[in-house]
Amino acid sequence: MSDSIEDIEMRLLLEAIHLRYHYDFRHYAQASVRRRLRQAKKQLQFDTFSAMQEALLHDETMLSRILGYLTVQVSEMFRDPSFFLAIREKVVPHLRTYPSLKVWIAGCSGGEELHSYAILFREEGLEDRTIFYATDISPDALETAARGIYSLDRIAGFTENHRAAGGKTSLSDYYSTGYGGAVFDKTLRERVVFSDHSLVTDAVFAEMHLISCRNVLIYFDRTLQDRALGLFRDSLVRNGFLGLGAKESIRFSDHASSFSDFARTEKIYQRREP
Amino acid sequence: MNDAPERAIVIGASAGAIEALSVILPALPADFPAPILIVVHIPSDRSNFLSPLFAAKCQMSVREVEDKEPAERGIVYFAPSNYHLLVEEGGTLALSADEPVQHSRPSIDVLFESAAEAYGAGLVGVVLTGANEDGSSGAQAIASAHGTVIVEDPAGAYAETMPRAAIRKCPEAHVMALDAIAPFLLRELGRS
Ligand SMILES: C[S@@+](CC[C@H](N)C(=O)[O-])C[C@H]1O[C@@H](n2cnc3c(N)ncnc32)[C@H](O)[C@@H]1O
Repeated sequence: MSDSIEDIEMRLLLEAIHLRYHYDFRHYAQASVRRRLRQAKKQLQFDTFSAMQEALLHDETMLSRILGYLTVQVSEMFRDPSFFLAIREKVVPHLRTYPSLKVWIAGCSGGEELHSYAILFREEGLEDRTIFYATDISPDALETAARGIYSLDRIAGFTENHRAAGGKTSLSDYYSTGYGGAVFDKTLRERVVFSDHSLVTDAVFAEMHLISCRNVLIYFDRTLQDRALGLFRDSLVRNGFLGLGAKESIRFSDHASSFSDFARTEKIYQRREP
Repeated sequence: MNDAPERAIVIGASAGAIEALSVILPALPADFPAPILIVVHIPSDRSNFLSPLFAAKCQMSVREVEDKEPAERGIVYFAPSNYHLLVEEGGTLALSADEPVQHSRPSIDVLFESAAEAYGAGLVGVVLTGANEDGSSGAQAIASAHGTVIVEDPAGAYAETMPRAAIRKCPEAHVMALDAIAPFLLRELGRS
């Protein structure tokens, strides 16, 4: 099966994206990449992946369209409220002991997760001492994150999540309506550095107290997961915190021994003393 | 992973799922020679009650999937609510937070289609009761990959829409009453 013509074409396509544009999807979890490439082929109306590859090599505008399929931009504010409740109740007391904080939101998508942290840190009085790094490989996602505008029909869900995450204020304190959506206060983004950074190809860039990388590693195969977890280990201060998605775990990684469980059911880990 | 099972069972169920699965799963022995991967549509606020519920009634071990774990014989795996479950080549289980497919996450089609590619003729797909049409494209994919498809007889099903849709798209399916499914699986797997 892995030698079917379609499979060969898909591999060549990923190779072409890598050689031409330096985005490396070759070790993403295959089944899901295949599904999304087939969707792209169908919706962009190519007969074959080879035809798609030719278009992609010669026409730069194809890249962002195909990236839209290859990266999954599904997110929400305070996604899995119990995770953010654990950050608030268990992690924040530790963070308070530092005079200054660096927080990395890796794979920040359209900024829903970043805004959740910014609000939580403001509520807990930590915002002024914190620098947030919000990174992603998708230029569209980074742009959306930096704008902080979400469609109004998502706000009820965000509000409910915020409350369930132990919110001490009302979410409506942080946005006004306009531009056809909820525009989140730009002061929430004043202490944020947005940056293009790939967990697959880029390196450590600062020393962090908390890294939140949720629902990104599930798209990687184990080799890439290991690389990313190694990067997190090397980026964290001693006893720094790592938060993963609800269904992600470090259990199968070579780096499992570098972290200890901090809030096990919420997938919050702590960097062990080296 | 040379030791990865060459055969697997995938099951999809929606409305009436718990009752239907309660007829099939407890009838299978602890050493059932294949992994069983299951997608059930459940409201996301009632997540994660399925594996404890069935662990208590089954001889096979039952658990919720963790991302990138190998699918092993004798284990029943449930997809967590709000995530799609896919099978990678070589039998590794992978989760994804992609958009719902036809309003469902997890989606039966997504599981069946990826499992059909991973297991080919070694796969048995089972479509049970449900009030939507999820699983019918997946059943078709399993049949095209020379796997076996079983559909619960719509006449006796709690909700007939899903089995009917599957039979329509996959006419080669074996249609049978709920209580005939576990014996069929045992015979089918005994042969290999
Ligand atoms: C499903 S979203 C997760 C959004 C958010 N963290 C959450 O949990 O709601 C996955 C994000 O990972 C990003 N991503 C994919 N590959 C990446 C890589 N190699 N490095 C950094 N981010 C990546 C995608 O662009 C997308 O924004």
